[in-house]
Amino acid sequence: MEKTNVYDNIPLEKFEFARAEDLSHDKKPETKPVGYLQDAMRRFAKNKGAIVAAVIIVIMILFAIIAPFCTQYKVSYFDSYFAYTRPRCSLFVNTNFWDGCKEMETNLKTFTYYYAMGQETGHNAVKNQEYTVTEDGTYRYRLDTYHMNGVVYKNLSLEEYLALQEYQNETGIQVIYPMVAKRDRPTAPDYEPDGNIYYKTEEKASKTQFKYDKEGNIIPVYNSYPASIMENGVGLDQYNSLRVEGPEGFLKDGQTCYYSYALTTPSGVQVRVNYYEYYTYYHSRVLQDGIGNPDFLFGTTGSGKDILTCLSSGARFSFIFAIVVAVSNLLVGAIYGSVTGYYGGRLDLIMERVTDILGAIPSMVVITLLKLHMGGSSQALVLFITFFLTGWIGMGGRTRMQFYRFKNQEYVLSARTLGASDKRLMFKHIFPNAIGTLVTSCALVIPSMIYSETSLSYLGIVNLETGNVTSVGTLIASGQQSLATAPFVAMFPSVFLALLMLSFNLFGNGLRDAFNPSLRGSEG
Amino acid sequence: MYMFKYVTKRLGLMISTFLIIMFMCFVLIKLLPITVTVQMGQDANIIIRQLEGRGYIQNAVMDPATQTWSYERVPIMIQLGNYLNRIFSYGDFGIGVNIPSYRGRPVISVFLEKLPPTILINLYSTFIGVPIGLGLGILAALKKNKWQDQLINILIILLISMPSIVMGLIIQYLLCFKAGWFPTTMNSGYEYFTWSMFRSMLPPVLALCLGSVAGYARYTRAELSEVLTNEFMLLARTKGLTRGQATLRHAMRNSMVVIFPSILSEFIGVLSGSMIIESMFSVPGVGRLYLDAINTVDYDFFMLLSGFYTLVGLLAGIVIDISYGFIDPRIRMGAK
Repeated sequence: MEKTNVYDNIPLEKFEFARAEDLSHDKKPETKPVGYLQDAMRRFAKNKGAIVAAVIIVIMILFAIIAPFCTQYKVSYFDSYFAYTRPRCSLFVNTNFWDGCKEMETNLKTFTYYYAMGQETGHNAVKNQEYTVTEDGTYRYRLDTYHMNGVVYKNLSLEEYLALQEYQNETGIQVIYPMVAKRDRPTAPDYEPDGNIYYKTEEKASKTQFKYDKEGNIIPVYNSYPASIMENGVGLDQYNSLRVEGPEGFLKDGQTCYYSYALTTPSGVQVRVNYYEYYTYYHSRVLQDGIGNPDFLFGTTGSGKDILTCLSSGARFSFIFAIVVAVSNLLVGAIYGSVTGYYGGRLDLIMERVTDILGAIPSMVVITLLKLHMGGSSQALVLFITFFLTGWIGMGGRTRMQFYRFKNQEYVLSARTLGASDKRLMFKHIFPNAIGTLVTSCALVIPSMIYSETSLSYLGIVNLETGNVTSVGTLIASGQQSLATAPFVAMFPSVFLALLMLSFNLFGNGLRDAFNPSLRGSEG
Repeated sequence: MYMFKYVTKRLGLMISTFLIIMFMCFVLIKLLPITVTVQMGQDANIIIRQLEGRGYIQNAVMDPATQTWSYERVPIMIQLGNYLNRIFSYGDFGIGVNIPSYRGRPVISVFLEKLPPTILINLYSTFIGVPIGLGLGILAALKKNKWQDQLINILIILLISMPSIVMGLIIQYLLCFKAGWFPTTMNSGYEYFTWSMFRSMLPPVLALCLGSVAGYARYTRAELSEVLTNEFMLLARTKGLTRGQATLRHAMRNSMVVIFPSILSEFIGVLSGSMIIESMFSVPGVGRLYLDAINTVDYDFFMLLSGFYTLVGLLAGIVIDISYGFIDPRIRMGAK
């Protein structure tokens, strides 16, 4: 018999005895295991768009939290004199951008009206009193919307009048300006109640015309009285404070005269006050509500509300509201979905029909019915119930689907065989599979909730404007009315809304991809 | 036969859902008190008698001293019977009570009057949106991962995320105020097919279709790029078809199975979703009518329009499922 050993050529000395402890068939992996959430986070971090979106969302949330504390205004604040005031940022005052001014192209009359304000008070309505004239007589200038109110007639009681003089003496700021006698005021309806007309006018065809002297300047017509009728340095107007003509008065027909600063009325006095200074005085001394100079970073609406304050508190409301609704939807939906998904059966069938019906009612109809039935209660509650009534169905459906997918899998069966209770199976073994879907749908539901809330308040179906709450939608609706003349009113809330939707969309898509198990590891 | 059964089952479910919703609406509305506000020169008597004649209230009497009406409620189920009876016998859905311009007019005729602008705007927006959206989607799918695709992708995400309020405002500001191409609001009147009317309709149409363009483009891109990777596309090229022929005849037809139902459903769904656009551009359509009905608390209008919106929503949902069955030969044939 021939030898069949084929290993003859291998020398024997090459063989060694192996020891049992040197044999290793299975190695413990040296790398750390990557958990589900960890993996999702890692894949999310790779998505640059989603990261940028997340940063923007965080900035917006911070804006909504912090900005209401940083402004001097409240949502309920409004001042109709400062309506449609342009946005102004103190950093940009010397540029032609974000400086609270608007570009004007007017005729001589309107220009004179604004130019004369600056001449009288030094509060230049025409920015820096700079202007250009074209050949056809059109004046181009930047109109400062903070000073365009100029001087207004104000009725004060005697005490208020004296207090105001006190303030003038204390600070050296001229608030009260000399009075114009009633006979010299324009009578035509176009300028009739206007405090800015301190110069000669005449009426032609029921329109006011300004009179100019030979150099083309206006002719002031302040009311005045001779010094001889004064007692103890105080005239009939009871004025003893800063005078634009100087403390010495002026000479008229060889007589020392003083301007009259007030007109006595049955209830007190009528004075001409520079509204910008009067506003500062009134808020800092009389109301003491923490408001100093008028300063509106984002401008004001048609009713004189500060847009920054309204927008930030509207945003704050939207965020809080959306999160509250999303969380309650999530809770109810998750519990409902778990129970029906796990137990199934007839209850599930019935509930499915109920949710089908609930889900098919247009939310517009739901909110109208609720609003009509809950007329007295707060609109935010109505809105909450509307979103809750149909919102949890989606969450419930998603959880239920996950339960259907996983409840018959082997690992659940083995856990059951080992004696795990229903509760443990549901929440320890099956529910974690649904977390990814739920988080993603939460991230996608929040912007849609904010959007529905905004559009409902835009349409005026719900009116959230009470006390210190307002809505972005209300703001947009008020801005739309003045889109042609003051586009910034609608612009700021629109930009906010668009940016919010965009970043939430990107963020939600990023989350969805990150939590999608089928993409796991596909990017290496 | 299978399709017939399937369709009837879905339709039956839809109708029963619709009826239940409408029943709940009716009961909830009739629980509320009826208010009749009348302006100077209008006679509340006529409206009260109309309501009485329709069986909503009974024994209405006016107190001459205070000039206020008092009446007794008819039980809600009897009211429902009367309501349905009037609908099926006379096609009468009630009368306007509180909207000033439609007070005393039959609800259904006002509704039919308001329907054309809404439908027209949606039709135009579909006609403009579908070709652009499909075109962009096809281009993106063919040039996948090249710069054209990326540009279109950015455009899509911008347009999709843009809320229709903002979209409407931008269009109104840029095209109507700044450029002055279009009037700010839609013309009133009933001459729908004149040039000036069409021009005044364009801003709302644009505002509506830009959003759906992005939707179509995204859908088409996703579907088409999936189909294009299929093996049969390679076969089509191998047997000698040009790239255009293969794409048009084989890839497009296959992706249309998914795209077409979504267009259909978008068209139906958008009928109800244009309330914001309608109110922004003062389109004299159904959305405005619904808002007026809500604000003035006009129940008959509210009932009819709620029914309309519910039906539209239900139809949009069902049409996808049913049209799949008709379009997709795999489903249509396979069921036999």
